[in-house]
Formats: sequence, structure tokens, C-alpha cells
Amino acid sequence: MGKSVIVIGGGIAGMTAAGMLARQGYEVTLLEKENETGGHVAHWDRLFPDRRKASEVLEFTGEGMKDVHVARGISISRITRQNNEFTVTCGMQDAGSVMKSHFTANALIVATGFDLFEARRKEEYGYGIYNNVITSADLEVKFKSGKGILTAEGKIPKRIGIIHCVGSRDEKVGNLYCSKVCCVTGVKQAIELKEMYPGSVVFSFYMDLRMYDRNFEELYYEAQQKWGISFIRGRLSECAENPDGSIVIRTEDTLTGKPLKMTVDLLVLLVGFVPAAGTASVAGMIGLKTGTDGFVNPADSHIQNNLSGIPGVFLTGAVKGPVSVTEAIADARAAAALTSEYLTASIEEHA
Amino acid sequence: MKVEGKRLIWNDYQKEIAGDNYFYVRSCVRQNFFPGAEKTFLRYMKELGKDVFENPSHTTCSGIGYHSDIVPFETAMTMVARQFALMTEAGYRNFVTSCITSFGLYSEVLETWHHFPEIEEKIRVHLKNATGREFVKPENLAHASDVTFKLRKEISDAGKYRLVNHVTGAPIRVVEHIGCHYSRMFPSKGVGGAEYPYVLVGMIEEWGGEVIDYPERRHCCGFGFRQYLVKANRGYSISASKKKFDSMKPYKPELILTNCPGCPMFLDRWQYAISEMEGTTYGEGGQGIPVVTYEELAGLLLGYDPWDLGLQVHQVPVEPLLDKIGIPYDPEKKFLDKEGNSMGQPKSPTHLKFY
Repeated sequence: MGKSVIVIGGGIAGMTAAGMLARQGYEVTLLEKENETGGHVAHWDRLFPDRRKASEVLEFTGEGMKDVHVARGISISRITRQNNEFTVTCGMQDAGSVMKSHFTANALIVATGFDLFEARRKEEYGYGIYNNVITSADLEVKFKSGKGILTAEGKIPKRIGIIHCVGSRDEKVGNLYCSKVCCVTGVKQAIELKEMYPGSVVFSFYMDLRMYDRNFEELYYEAQQKWGISFIRGRLSECAENPDGSIVIRTEDTLTGKPLKMTVDLLVLLVGFVPAAGTASVAGMIGLKTGTDGFVNPADSHIQNNLSGIPGVFLTGAVKGPVSVTEAIADARAAAALTSEYLTASIEEHA
Repeated sequence: MKVEGKRLIWNDYQKEIAGDNYFYVRSCVRQNFFPGAEKTFLRYMKELGKDVFENPSHTTCSGIGYHSDIVPFETAMTMVARQFALMTEAGYRNFVTSCITSFGLYSEVLETWHHFPEIEEKIRVHLKNATGREFVKPENLAHASDVTFKLRKEISDAGKYRLVNHVTGAPIRVVEHIGCHYSRMFPSKGVGGAEYPYVLVGMIEEWGGEVIDYPERRHCCGFGFRQYLVKANRGYSISASKKKFDSMKPYKPELILTNCPGCPMFLDRWQYAISEMEGTTYGEGGQGIPVVTYEELAGLLLGYDPWDLGLQVHQVPVEPLLDKIGIPYDPEKKFLDKEGNSMGQPKSPTHLKFY
């Protein structure tokens, strides 16, 4: 076929799109800033709603990428376009030194994904200061390690708090959008904690629970009816640390209209999505448009959701906003299909 | 607790503080509460070679009236404008306030004018019509604790004493309490931000003490305007202070350091009131926890006589702190005025250990 594609970003969306195009015979190069592909999924233990192993999904996706050329440890410094050919100039880590390299292709897929909200920015929650305040991502790493979930003092947490919407729907930190997947992640993690420690009590503090997809609501019911998890409608106001390391939390139970102060042994902050640090620079190099939230705007939110508005440049995954793993995979396949269509048309135009 | 986590936040909130040539405005209440604090600030500033100018015709900023819904914002802004006019007329550009409520109000007014220039123009007209004055806005606005924070090393270098137990060498364990209007309204205007302010922590660290964080650190000192100013609400005031004392007690603090007019007043006076009401004391062996302002503490470490600092009018005796640091004092002179005449002596509390 002789046509080539560069995929920027080696998370689940970038991997899926790259694999699909390679299997169709295109020459595909995937550029990843980290030393390993897999993005956030690589650090996750189990996925909602069925709690299947994240590693299984990653393994499946990785197997589909056998013919993809993967360049790791990449730092992109320049992207140019000339005569329908893109040139990406990068720095590459090689044995401790940075080498300059160039990649060329007929199309680009931007899959720079997302970063997790930096929980430290909610200063009043004490992440990075109080030892027993962790994030949902930290919890997944602990789940994945198989070593159990213990407090910083090495004890089984008897009382666990889970805080929804940390860094999402929060005007104070400048993020008005919903990160979409945290609600069900919080429900999943609450169940997993109860499975691990049936004698512990788990409290979930939420604004409202957005169980938007199939089997999510059922999971929420299971959490309440089977596992006895307490869901309290109220946002966390602030945290403090007791002499024994336990965490004092202040919130309001908005259904009873009463302020609430309680102590938990472990507090989990459900951190949301923010645009990846690399998105803004890549967007600037290509001329992509971003919204006030920092995510990249597609050409049309309904019918051209994978198009960027720039010929030959396609978008997929969380670069456009929060998505679940399932949605990222479906979106990547759509982006790959449109990229293939563009390259085929391009061949015909030049035939 | 990980202090390095706090340091990351402190790095995010560094404010510019002028190094010299300050126009100083006093608090309307502090001289009644802690009569030596402002005088002490002026004393060490002079000794450190800094130029601080005062105009005796400056007035209240009206902040307490404003926050009590007695003084309308437009009136408060015009009074603030007059203070700025006095600064302008004196040829100064660095405005320093003694009071936290004032600092908050000045910050609020400047921020309002920044976002709504038409309001600033309206206030300029009000001031001109009422007084004939005009003003230039300050180039630098700081609270006096900001200035003391900036000079903390110079104070330390000039000091006679360290904030350590002179017998054991252990750091004095200090609870710091920041006035609400210092940075809670505008975190970027306070050293260290709103959640973990660094302004007093920096002084304590520099002067040798150990900072105690405790669960109710952010809780109200007990002033909170309406909960004290409205007499019927005073139960809220003392219960707020009590909540703090109960929370800090397990950490065995030896000193409470403050930077606001209201906080030292209530953290000091209510310890006495609680001891009379319940027989509860919060220091060692029936003592209270001494409460001082940052000016008083700087003065103590610089070797000023404790009675010149006005520490004898504190309700919680400060002698345990002086003994630990090794600061000499004459008990016989505690209640004598400058001429050596007796000022009268308060009745001894029932439970709180008195000296």
C-alpha cells in the first residue's frame, strides 16, 4: 500500500488505532513519551463494571500491534507538513543521551490522552501532606501489587472514605467538566475494598452519581444492597490529621442538611481527567483547536468527532475529553477507519 | 504528616514584600488588647534600620463595621481611599497594615478596583468631594507580619534568645494561628496561601521553634465577628476556642503565636474563662498555653523587657514561656508603670496558675 501513519500517544486509544491500521497494511509508527506503552490502563488493576483485569485488555491490544513500529521515550519538538506529508521531529532517549530523530507519514493520529488531576491542587484535602490520603490511582496500584491495602501505619483500615469529583465539576480549580468515569470507579473500588475487608466500613461522598452506561446502575445497587456501602451526598470541605494518623473529614450531608465531621483511617480521592501535559504543545505545533477546558475540539462534535479540521490529522481517545476504556477502544477503531478512508482516497487522488 | 508536601504548596504562594520605606497604619483595637505589640514592631523596625512612617490622623479602616454589616462597602472604600491619600501625601508607596481585617479589606478594595475601574473612579470622586484629597494606589500592600517574615533572619541574627528550651535545648512547641482575612479571601496575597500559611511558620522555623499542626488548626479562633459582637452569640465564640484548645492539647503546645487582633484576644481570654467555668486548663500543671503576637515574640527574642512589651496584660501568664527560653524578668515590676507606680493587680484566677 505504501502509505504511512504516525500515531502520537501509546495509551489504549493510540495502541488500538495503530494496531488496526497496521493490520490493514499501512506502515504505522507509534510515538510514546514514556518508556512503556499502555498509558493509564497499564497501572490499573481492574476495569468497571465487570472488574475484569486491565492487563487482559492491554494484552489483547498489544497483540494487535505486532506490525507497529513503536518508538518509546519520545519528546516531540516539531511537526511540519509539506505536500501531504507530515514530518515529526523528536528527541529520543538512548542510553541516557537524547538523540534527534525524524519520522514522516501521510497521516497523523493524535492520541495524547489525559493526565490525572493533580490531587495536591485541592490543598485542603491534604494529598501529599497527610499520610493516609491517597488517590484512586494510588489505590489501583496497591490493588495491583496484591499486597493488601494498609494505612501508612501498617494497619487494616477500619473506616474508609471515598471522595468523588476531586478536580472535576469544580470551579475553584477551573475544571467545570465531569470526568465521567470516576463515579463508577468509586463504586467499583468501594466494593473491592469491602471484598478485601468485610469488617471495614466504607463511606462514599458524592454530589450526584452519574451511572450513565450499561450495568453501572446495577453495580451501584450491588454496592448498597450487598456490600452495605454508605453513600452520603455532600462535598468534602477539608481534611486534617489526627495524632494517630487517621484523617478528620468535614463535609455536609446535604440530604439531611447537617454538617458532618467524622474520622476515617484511609481517604481515597477519586481524581478526574485533565488534558495531558503534551496535548497543548502538540496542538500548538499542528494548529489544533482546544476548548476552554484544554481538551482538543474535533471538527464537529457529532458527525466528525475523529476529524481535527486539518486534512490528514485525526483525533482519538481522551485527547478530546474524558472517556472510558471501552469508549476509547471504540473511538480508536473509528479514527483508524477514517484514517484508512482518507489514505485510500489520497491514493486514488494521486493514482 | 509530610512537611515536604507543605513546602510544595508554600512554593506556589510567594508574595512580593517591600524591603523598606513603609507607610504604617495601626489597628483600631489592638492597642486595647495587646498594648505593646504595635510599639514593638516600630521599635525593631527602627533598630533594623528600616524607615516606617505613621500619620496620626489616619482612622479606622472601618473593616469591623463593614464585616458586621454596619458600614456599607462604598463608605469603607472611601475611608480606605483616604488612608491611601495620606500615604500619597507623605511620599510613600509601600502600605503596611497592623490589622488582618484591615489587610483583608485593603486587598478586597484594591481587587475590586482592579476588576471594576469605574468603581475606583466613583470612589475618587467621593473622596475628592468629601475631603479634597487625591491618592495613588500602593505599589506594595503587606501585613506587618509579612514584613516581619521578610526580616525574620535579621531578627534572628540580632536576637539574644532562641525559641528553644534553654535547659534541654529542645525547640519550643508552637501552635500558629492565622487571621482569617490574611489569605482566606485571596490565597495569593498571603505568604504560603490559605490552607497552610507559611508566614508565622517561617518565623517559628527561623527562630528555632517547632511547629505543631493539629486537627482543628483551621478552625475559627472564636472571634468571627458576629459570634462575639452579638452578645447573645458569645457561647459560639467560646465553644469555637474550646474546640481548638481540646484539639491542640494532646500535642502539648508551649506557645500559641498569632498575627491578628482578634485571635490572640480570644485564644488568651477564653482560656481564663474556660478555666473559671469548667476548671479546665490546657498547659502543664494548671498553667495555660501562653498566647503572643509575632511582634511580642520578636521583641522577646530581641531581648526587650517582657513588661515593656505589655505581656503583663495577657490573661494567660507568659512566665512559663519566659522560664523555658531563659528570658529574665522581674516579678516585682510586673504591674508597675513606667514611673514605678502600681497599675493595680488583677484578682488571681480560681484554677489557672497565676504568677
